[in-house]
Amino acid sequence: MNVHLKVWRQAGPAAPGGLVDYTATGVSADMSFLEMLDSVNETLIARGEDPIAFASDCREGICGTFGVMVDGRPHGPDPCTTVCQLHMRRYNDGDTIVIEPWQARAFPLIKDLVVDRTAFDTIIQAGGYTSVNTGGAQDANAILIPKTVADEAMDSAQCIGCGACVAGCKNASAALFTSAKITHLSLLPQGQMEAPTRVVAMIEAMDTSGFGGCSNEGECEAVCPKGISLKNIATMNREYRKALFANR
Amino acid sequence: MTLDPKIPSGPLSDKWDRHRFDSKLVSPANRRKHTVIIVGTGLAGASAAASLGELGYNVLSFCIHDSPRRAHSIAAQGGINAAKNYQNDGDSIYRLFYDTIKGGDYRSREANVYRLAQTSVNIIDQCVAQGVPFAREYGGQLDNRSFGGAQVSRTFYARGQTGQQLLLGAYQSMMRQVAKGSVTMFAQREMLDVVLIDGKARGIICRNLVTGQLERYVADAVCLATGGYGTAYYLSTNAINSNVTAAWRAHKRGAYFANPCFTQIHPTCIPVSGDDQSKLTLMSESLRNDGRVWVPKNAGDKRPASEIPEAERDYYLERKYPSFGNLVPRDVASRNSKAVCDEGRGVGDSGLAVFLDFQNAIDRLGHATVAGRYGNLFDMYKKITDEDPYTVPMRIYPAIHYTMGGLWVDYNLMSTVPGLHVLGEANFSDHGANRLGASALMQGLADGYFVIPYTLAHYIASTPVEKATTDHAAFAESEDNVQSRIDRLLSVKGSKTPRALHRELGHLLWDEVGMSRTEAGLKRALARIPELREEFWQNVSVPGDANNLNKNLEYAGRVADYLEFGELLALDALHRTESCGGHFREESQTPDGEAKRDDDHFAYAAAWEFQGVGKTHELHKEQFVFENVKPTQRSYK
Ligand SMILES: Cc1cc2nc3c(=O)[nH]c(=O)nc-3n(C[C@H](O)[C@H](O)[C@H](O)COP(=O)(O)OP(=O)(O)OC[C@H]3O[C@@H](n4cnc5c(N)ncnc54)[C@H](O)[C@@H]3O)c2cc1C
Repeated sequence: MNVHLKVWRQAGPAAPGGLVDYTATGVSADMSFLEMLDSVNETLIARGEDPIAFASDCREGICGTFGVMVDGRPHGPDPCTTVCQLHMRRYNDGDTIVIEPWQARAFPLIKDLVVDRTAFDTIIQAGGYTSVNTGGAQDANAILIPKTVADEAMDSAQCIGCGACVAGCKNASAALFTSAKITHLSLLPQGQMEAPTRVVAMIEAMDTSGFGGCSNEGECEAVCPKGISLKNIATMNREYRKALFANR
Repeated sequence: MTLDPKIPSGPLSDKWDRHRFDSKLVSPANRRKHTVIIVGTGLAGASAAASLGELGYNVLSFCIHDSPRRAHSIAAQGGINAAKNYQNDGDSIYRLFYDTIKGGDYRSREANVYRLAQTSVNIIDQCVAQGVPFAREYGGQLDNRSFGGAQVSRTFYARGQTGQQLLLGAYQSMMRQVAKGSVTMFAQREMLDVVLIDGKARGIICRNLVTGQLERYVADAVCLATGGYGTAYYLSTNAINSNVTAAWRAHKRGAYFANPCFTQIHPTCIPVSGDDQSKLTLMSESLRNDGRVWVPKNAGDKRPASEIPEAERDYYLERKYPSFGNLVPRDVASRNSKAVCDEGRGVGDSGLAVFLDFQNAIDRLGHATVAGRYGNLFDMYKKITDEDPYTVPMRIYPAIHYTMGGLWVDYNLMSTVPGLHVLGEANFSDHGANRLGASALMQGLADGYFVIPYTLAHYIASTPVEKATTDHAAFAESEDNVQSRIDRLLSVKGSKTPRALHRELGHLLWDEVGMSRTEAGLKRALARIPELREEFWQNVSVPGDANNLNKNLEYAGRVADYLEFGELLALDALHRTESCGGHFREESQTPDGEAKRDDDHFAYAAAWEFQGVGKTHELHKEQFVFENVKPTQRSYK
C-alpha cells in the first residue's frame, strides 16, 4: 500500500518549521511505523537529500526514545502501544498520516521530530532514588514486601520516560511522570524514609523545569503507552500534603 | 607482548578477597583529584559511575542516547541470576560458577567466573535496597524462576522488564551523584577515539551529536562500557544504535580484541517477516519454561498447527535431550531449530520458524496463570505478528542476540592499553563461548558495582600519570584523525545508503559466520567483506553536514567500523577450527551433531592485535588453566 505523510520538518530550534508532504510507497502490513519511516528516509538518502530526523533505539516499546504525535495523538491510535510498536496493518492504502514532534516548553526542539527531554533527568536528580551507596546492603529477603505492594510498585515503575504524558497534556504537565516515580518509591519500605523530602524536591524540580501545572483532566493517562494510572498523581498529591504537614 | 591475565594466586574461593586486600587504595581525600571517564550508561557503565561517584572520584559519564536511562540494557526481559539459594534447591556459589564455566564450554577464566558468582549475591541485595521492584511471593519474599539451561531456580525478575528495573535503579543512583556534583553527565556524545599519552589511556574524543562539534575530555583513566557488537549482523535483537565503534576505535589504539567469533544466537525470537525489517524481537527465554518446542514430523507439512495431530508432531528438544528438554542452553536450542528447518520441517510462510506451544501449559495451569507469567510477552507477540499465542502456537526462530567476545581484559578488567578498562558486554571476560540466560545483567552489575571500584582504585593508586590537559598534542592528533574520517564520509556523495550496505554485510555474516560455519564459507566472507568496504567508501550517501544532528552520519560511521570489524569476526571464526558453545564449525562435530571442542589446541582466548585496515591481525593467546573444574564434553541429554 501507499500512505501519504505530512511530516514536521525543522532544521533547528531557531529555524522555521512546517509540514512537508511525502509518500511512502510499497508499505507492507507487517512493517512497523518506524520501518515505514525508514523506507522514506532510504529514498531521501539515496537521492542525497536530508532525511527526516527522528531518534529510535530498542523499537520494542521499552527504551522510550521514539515518541511523536501521530494525527495529533501521542504514539498514535492504539491504546497502551508505543508508536514504535504500531504496525502498518493499522492503516489502509491511501491514508494520510500527520507526524509531529512533542510540543512542550520543557522539551525544546532539536531537529524535525527530535526534542530534548533532559528535564526528565533533572526531575529524577531532585530525589527519584533511595539514598543508598553501593555495598553494605542487608540481605534482600530481610525486607519483606507483600506481593500486592510489589506489584503495585511495579505498575508505577514501568514508566518508560517517553514524554507522551507531557505531550498529551494541554498544560504540558509532567505530573504523571513525576508521580509514577514518587509512587513507586513511596510504596516500598526502602523508599519511605525519604518520601517527604523526595516529593517536595521532585515537585519543585518539575515546576522549575518549565512544565505546566496539573489540572487533573486525565489526558496523560489516556495516552500513556504503559498504562500508568492517574492514581499516581493522587498519591503524589497526598504525599505532598503529608510532607508539608510534617515539615510544618 | 605476552598476555598476563593477572589472576591472583591461592585457592579459587580466596582469590578475590586476597586480591582486594593486596590492592592499593586511594584515600578519600584524594579521590576528588582523580578524574575517571566512563563511556556508556548501561548496567555496567551506570553502576560504575554511581559507585565511583559515591566513593568521591570525579566521574565524567558519556552516552549516545538522549538520556542515560535509554541504554540498551533497558530492553532485557527475563531476569538476573544470583547464587542466593533462596529456594533451597541445591544452589551455591560454586554451582553458579560451575554452571557458568560449563555453559561457556570451558572457554573462560575460572577466577573471573568465580568472582562473578561470589558477587552475584551482593547485586540482589544492592538492587533491592535501591527499590527495584522484583517479583515477590505471597509471603513477601523474593520469587525466583529457572532460566535457560539451569536446573535450579536462581533467576530474579521484575515481570518481563528486569533490565529496565535494574537499569533504572543504577540510573537513579547515578542521578543522585549528578545532583551531588561527583558525576557529570554528557548525554548525546559519541566517543570516537581514545587518547593515549605516554602509552596510557588519558582521554577521549567525542562528537556532540546535537551540535556536531568534536569535544576533548581528559582523565586519569578511561572505562568503556559500550555494550556488544551484535548489530554487525544488521538484524539482531539489539537496539539499533548498539555498535562496535567505541570498542573498535579503542582496538585500533592498541586494545586487543578477544574471541570475536563467540556470538550468541538466541533461540526464541520472532521470525523475520520481510526485507524492510529493521530489527528482530526477542521472546524471552523464560517462555521455554512452559512452552514446548515442536515442528511437524514430516517435511513439507504446511497444515496449520491445530490440524497437526499429536502423533505427527516432533517435540525434538524433549526427544533428544530428555533431562533438559526445552531448557537446553541457547546454542543447543538454536542449532536444533536450524537443523529441523534445514530438513524442510520449518513452519510459517518462510519455513524458517518452529512452534513454541503453550496449549499444554494453559491446560495445566489455566489461562490466568499463563497470562500472569507471560502476559506482556504474549501481547508484544500479538502486536508484531497479529496472531494470538493463547490460541495459536508462537512461531520462533533464532537471531543474533549477544556477543561473548569483546576487548580482552585481565582480572582487573584492564585492556592491553594501560588505564583503559572495559566493563559489561564490551569485554570478553566471563561467558566463554556461550552465555547462559540471565547472566549478562549479573556480569554488567558485578563489573560496575563490585569489581571496578577496587581494581580502578588500585590502578590509580599505583600508576603515576603526568599532568595533562586537552591541549596536549595527543588530543590534537586524535581529533584530526576523527575529523578526517567524518570529512571522508561526507565527501563520498554516492548513491547507496549506509543501511543498504549494512544489510548486505549483515546477511553475509549471518550466512557465513552465523549459526553454523565452514572453512569455505568463512573464506567467502573474508573475500567479500573488503569488497563491500571498498564499495562503501566509493558509493555511500551521507547527505547533510557535520555541524548539527545528523543521524545518518552517525550511522554511516558505525557501518564503516562494522565493515572493518566483520573481517576480524570471520578471521577469528576461521582460525578456530574447533566447535565450542556458540561457535559451531561443521568440520568439528560429534557423531550426533553436537559441538566438538578441541582442548588440546584451542583452550585459549584468541586476542587479536590490530595491524592496519585490511591487514591480517596478529594473534596472541591466553591459555586457560583449569585447576578446579575438569573440561568435559557438555551433555544435556
Ligand atoms: C532483547 C534483549 C533481552 C535481554 N535479556 C537479558 C536477560 O533477561 N538477562 C540477561 O542477563 N541479559 C539479557 N540481555 C543481555 C543484556 O541486556 C546485555 O548484555 C547488557 O544489558 C549489556 O549491558 P552493558 O552495560 O554492557 O551495555 P549496554 O546496555 O548496551 O549500554 C551501552 C552504553 O554505551 C553507550 N555507547 C555505546 N557506544 C557509544 C559510543 N561510541 N560513545 C558513547 N557511548 C556509547 C550507550 O549509549 C549505552 O549507554 C538481553 C539482551 C537483549 C538484546
